[in-house]
Amino acid sequence: MALKRIGAQTVKLSNPPSIISTASIVGPKEGEGPLKDYFDIILEDDMWGQESFEKSEAKIQEEAIKLAISNANLSPNDIEYLFAGDLLNQIITSSYSARQLNIPFFGLYGACSTMTESLSLGAMIIDGQFADKVVCATSSHFSSAERQFRFPLEYGSQRTFSAQWTVTGGGATVLSSTGNGPYITYITTGKIVDLGIVDVNNMGGAMAPAAIDTISQHFKDTGYNPVDYDLIITGDLGLVGKKIILDLLRKEGYDLSENYSDCGIKIFDGVEQDTHAGGSGCGCAAVVFNGYIYKEMMKRNLNRVLLIATGALHSSISTLQGESIPGIAHAVTIDNMIS
Amino acid sequence: MDKMNKKEYQKYVERKVPKPTYFKNILYAFVVGGIICVFGQIIRNFLLKYGLDEKSVAAGTSIVLIFTGAFLTGIGIYDKIGKIGGAGAAIPITGFANSIVSPAMEFKREGFIFGVAARMFSIAGPVLVYGVGSSVIVGILYLILTKGR
Amino acid sequence: MEYIKVFIVGGLICVIGQIILDTTKLTPAHILVIFLTSGVILGAVGLYEPLVKFAEAGATVPISGFGYALSKGAIEGAKSKGVIGAFLGGLEATAGGVAAAILFGYIMAVVSDPKTKN
Repeated sequence: MALKRIGAQTVKLSNPPSIISTASIVGPKEGEGPLKDYFDIILEDDMWGQESFEKSEAKIQEEAIKLAISNANLSPNDIEYLFAGDLLNQIITSSYSARQLNIPFFGLYGACSTMTESLSLGAMIIDGQFADKVVCATSSHFSSAERQFRFPLEYGSQRTFSAQWTVTGGGATVLSSTGNGPYITYITTGKIVDLGIVDVNNMGGAMAPAAIDTISQHFKDTGYNPVDYDLIITGDLGLVGKKIILDLLRKEGYDLSENYSDCGIKIFDGVEQDTHAGGSGCGCAAVVFNGYIYKEMMKRNLNRVLLIATGALHSSISTLQGESIPGIAHAVTIDNMIS
Repeated sequence: MDKMNKKEYQKYVERKVPKPTYFKNILYAFVVGGIICVFGQIIRNFLLKYGLDEKSVAAGTSIVLIFTGAFLTGIGIYDKIGKIGGAGAAIPITGFANSIVSPAMEFKREGFIFGVAARMFSIAGPVLVYGVGSSVIVGILYLILTKGR
Repeated sequence: MEYIKVFIVGGLICVIGQIILDTTKLTPAHILVIFLTSGVILGAVGLYEPLVKFAEAGATVPISGFGYALSKGAIEGAKSKGVIGAFLGGLEATAGGVAAAILFGYIMAVVSDPKTKN
């Protein structure tokens, strides 16, 4: 009997795990953005002394994980599972960062939805009493993503207004079976939704239907209403996705205009930093959650947050073959109180 | 979401996407493209003054322009020209050089054979394939059509 | 006067490319292939030649001018050496540019590193 399931896609955790520490590391551009005061480490150079962008990204993720663990006054030996993923082919970033850490490792691929995918699985593992302490982490790097998915850095091309800017950064969260919150209370796992968008320069438009599907299902399953949340925040839908979310959810009877935001919009100043539709990448939701949201929750400025990281699950090969972009969105409720 | 089918959604999204700044883009493409061509003409006139024949002048002009495009790419300037000029920076032969150097330098860490040398033509390769291929066809067609007469 | 003609013709060719870029989903790589092939075809049917006479570098510096040089070379090769000439001519006429692209491209790639954008 699956006693913890409520509704079609949601679980209610009966022993909600507590977030006992987080860490966020960002690149120089993110460190100039509106959220700069919330990040633990801001790099001066996005190579971070490494020979390649890929190695730099692996170091960012590894250091974020180590920092989160030490912020909790623990050592890697105390961690029972590591859940991590990233954007690069065969998730090499996560494998190379896990290689240094000696923690039992589950590698995940959820593209930019990896932050909530890892939090979902980590929280369920703890709630199911399979572990007491787990780490959930993800990262992305502008330059390693750009060369894999788009054009070389020095290639003189123009970006469209719907294009987004991959965040250079990594975030890690330590979940524990004991602690004083904030807690992960509900998990709504998304389904793939693909409404046929093929334009890789319009990720917001491609992923928005998945986010809408997950958010409205979350309200149906839990009985929560939008007003029950202090903040409802998607991962990286950007400005185009935000318009779609507000518009289409209103048509379904959910008014999010008061408390909705998007990590990709929050992390950059779109006009000053010329990021067009906003930030994107696994690191986007990761650093905004582990930096901004967690710290605001600790200060009690936010008490209940719905985080919906969104992923575009295409590859550079599927794009060349003209396939549309499968979208996914996983929602996690983070609450300062447990009833 | 069930109420909207794929076609309707794609049309709907199309309306939500901000339109490019057409006028500004066209103006900048015109100016940047024009300036690069004038630069080419200056080189051409310079070489003509040295009494080179037409074939050498044409080749010399391309060589200097390609060097310039490659150099500006290497020192990290051509991508900025491209961001402003768009097609005005891509279509001149300097843009062709940019499309060769930018992937080559990006993939240096993958080695000098499979990295630099193999990636050099990731964008320029198709250009040469279609250009050289179609020119041979043009030459042969010319023979067929003129022999027929 | 000469430079004004060059500027306007060269600029206008780029404007056509910009309009295609902004109104379709084609990438700059597509535009390069389209313009080059157009140059080959327009050169073959004799429509590009007058533009080159009129605007010189304004017509030869854009990649379509490279296509024009290819087809002109191929036709001249075919005239003088027949079928073999059709194969030789295009590349012969453009060999300088291609060799320069390979050599300078390689050297610049080896001596410089890509920088992250801001």
